[in-house]
Amino acid sequence: MPPSLHHPVDILRFNTCGSVDDGKSTLIGRLLYDSKSLMEDQIEALERSADITGGGQINLANLTDGLRAEREQGITIDVAYRYFATPRRKFIIADTPGHVQYTRNMVTGASSANLSIVLVDARAGVIEQSRRHTCISSLLRIPHLVVAVNKMDLVGWSEARFLEIRDQFEEFLPLLDMKDVQFIPISALNGDNVVDASPHTPWYNGPTLLGHLESVHIGSDWNLNGFRLPVQWVNRPNNPHDPKLHDFRGFSGQIAGGIVRVGQKVLALPAGITSTVQEIWTYDGPVQEAFCPQSVTLVLAHDIDISRGSTIIGLENLPGSSTELHANVCWMHQRPLQRGKKYFLKQTSNTVQAVVSEIEHRINITTLEPQAAPTELGLNDIGEIRLRTAKPIVYDGYATNRLTGSFILIEQGTNATVGAGMLKAPREVVKPENADYVI
Amino acid sequence: MSNYHLDHLQHLETEAIHVMREVAGEFERPALLFSGGKDSICLLRLAEKAFRPSELPTPLLNVDTGHHFPELNVFRDARAKELGAKLIVRRVEDAIAKGVAVPAPGEISRNRLQIPTLLAAIEEFRFDCCIGGARRDEEKARAKERFFSFRDSFGQWDPKNQRPEIWNLYNARINPGENMRVFPLSNWTEMDVWEYIRREKLAVPTIYFSHRRQCVRRQGQWLPVSDILPPKPNEDVRELVVRVRTIGDIISTGLVESPADSVDDIIAEIAAARVTERGSRADDKSSEAAMEDRKKAGYF
Repeated sequence: MPPSLHHPVDILRFNTCGSVDDGKSTLIGRLLYDSKSLMEDQIEALERSADITGGGQINLANLTDGLRAEREQGITIDVAYRYFATPRRKFIIADTPGHVQYTRNMVTGASSANLSIVLVDARAGVIEQSRRHTCISSLLRIPHLVVAVNKMDLVGWSEARFLEIRDQFEEFLPLLDMKDVQFIPISALNGDNVVDASPHTPWYNGPTLLGHLESVHIGSDWNLNGFRLPVQWVNRPNNPHDPKLHDFRGFSGQIAGGIVRVGQKVLALPAGITSTVQEIWTYDGPVQEAFCPQSVTLVLAHDIDISRGSTIIGLENLPGSSTELHANVCWMHQRPLQRGKKYFLKQTSNTVQAVVSEIEHRINITTLEPQAAPTELGLNDIGEIRLRTAKPIVYDGYATNRLTGSFILIEQGTNATVGAGMLKAPREVVKPENADYVI
Repeated sequence: MSNYHLDHLQHLETEAIHVMREVAGEFERPALLFSGGKDSICLLRLAEKAFRPSELPTPLLNVDTGHHFPELNVFRDARAKELGAKLIVRRVEDAIAKGVAVPAPGEISRNRLQIPTLLAAIEEFRFDCCIGGARRDEEKARAKERFFSFRDSFGQWDPKNQRPEIWNLYNARINPGENMRVFPLSNWTEMDVWEYIRREKLAVPTIYFSHRRQCVRRQGQWLPVSDILPPKPNEDVRELVVRVRTIGDIISTGLVESPADSVDDIIAEIAAARVTERGSRADDKSSEAAMEDRKKAGYF
């Protein structure tokens, strides 16, 4: 039964990764099918295409492979998003393809995920792709990892084989700083341990995949230390009917970290001026406090020069502010990243020009070991680089805050999104005492 | 769970507000597509939440196919007036008269013809961005759509060459003549939309609720009898208690038999539903890639 959802539930975002034939799309189809999230017309459509192209066999992968080329070639070429709900949780799935050339899509799908499912074919065991996907999940700091050992039916439901694969993983997991890892033996094709516990794995006492997805704790995945409001839009009513609004000047944005309270002292950057929060305006009425990731409008006690791209921060747990940046970057375009080339860098609501001052090394994404300094980074490479920006940006290390520690690079001219960056922790933080005056 | 916790609707809401404000911050001439349907009703409330106490920074735009349910247009006009928003309506009929949209011989549906009408409106007002209420759960070509969906100077979507969207960082840069379609409700489901309508106490057009209507049975669906859809001789016409689940053109929107006459009833009905929302849209059934093909040509 789909849930009626009369009580509030939370959302878990997860992505699935594996190589071409590991059965990702089949797994998602199975999750939807067995949790009764599929509707009759969707099943009908599957049956229609089974009769036409599949020799009568329903292909659950056709549920997610939505584009013509994908169905023709039997591949997934892009990130597909799927939605389903149980009475306990709502789920957003990013189905990301496993081919080497689509690593950029995996980064895309994983960037907002709470949890990653890495699929492993029980017959093949841990292959380079599995290590690559796990390493990318680790680099992106996805808090939870599930290793789904699939096609267990094809290895005779062998516990020994399952443990062997788990051992292969555990050999390299300690290098990756992944805290929460769950191994689950499944058969996506037949549904074993996906939604319902399998009769074939009496030796396995853990949760089913869905059971785990429903219960994994995600309450602390947002950063509540260190208030950050990247200003998206200055809210100034033009011709307000209400005379009280004549002087209204609010700063609208989504809180990217921490908590803000009325009366709190804040610092506006890059203006470098402190003020006090006079009002937290929302459409539903003023509130006394607000927290990450709520969208709010702040009214400050002083008239300060703040515009889109400015950041309003609290005076504790301070961020860095610099034009010299050090970051891991995942390259997403055919034209390589080159030293000396200029890009637009977008971080929070701020877009600045940036030049690549150094490529320090490429990261081996199957071991996370640095390799000797390359002259450029190609499509799907991940590397450590230094950038210089035209204006200082206000940021945290990605490990501390995914929202203020991430950026994208945009190619000038084509406007293509070419890179995804994760900033290293700032070497020094903003010093508010130097800026502590009020106009 | 701490007190600093958002439930799923609050989570979807803050994500959508963030997207709306990115549009206001990054584009010079955005428009918000408002049909009066349930998704765009949510979109308007989210715009209020994003931009109040200021005026909405976008006009509302609607492409009137001439085959709309009259109740929908009445609602659309009233809501725009209530908000003090500027409403721009461009009609497929006018586009046909001007030769902007050319029907194929015998083409009755206005589905394809709304594409050139929309593109002409974008050109007329030099809109650089259109905010729409499309959701990824509606259809599988939509499931591949980005929040910020880039369209070239022909209005075309290239699904194989989309900009990767990482974290909540949206690349909104376009060159002159190009256009962005932005979908703040990307992550919403049909259930989320109705739960939001309930939480926000939003008014919706009366046709979403149970009412009596003359219906004719065609291709397994009950279609509403109207001037542009008269019953053929020997056709089975009945007066039924029905409602619409999704609103398309009046000649292609299947009605569902339903006693649901409140938002609570609708939510209970969806929770028990065994077919998807678009199961009642003939326009999506014409081929497996019907939506993909329309989107590539510039459709929403």
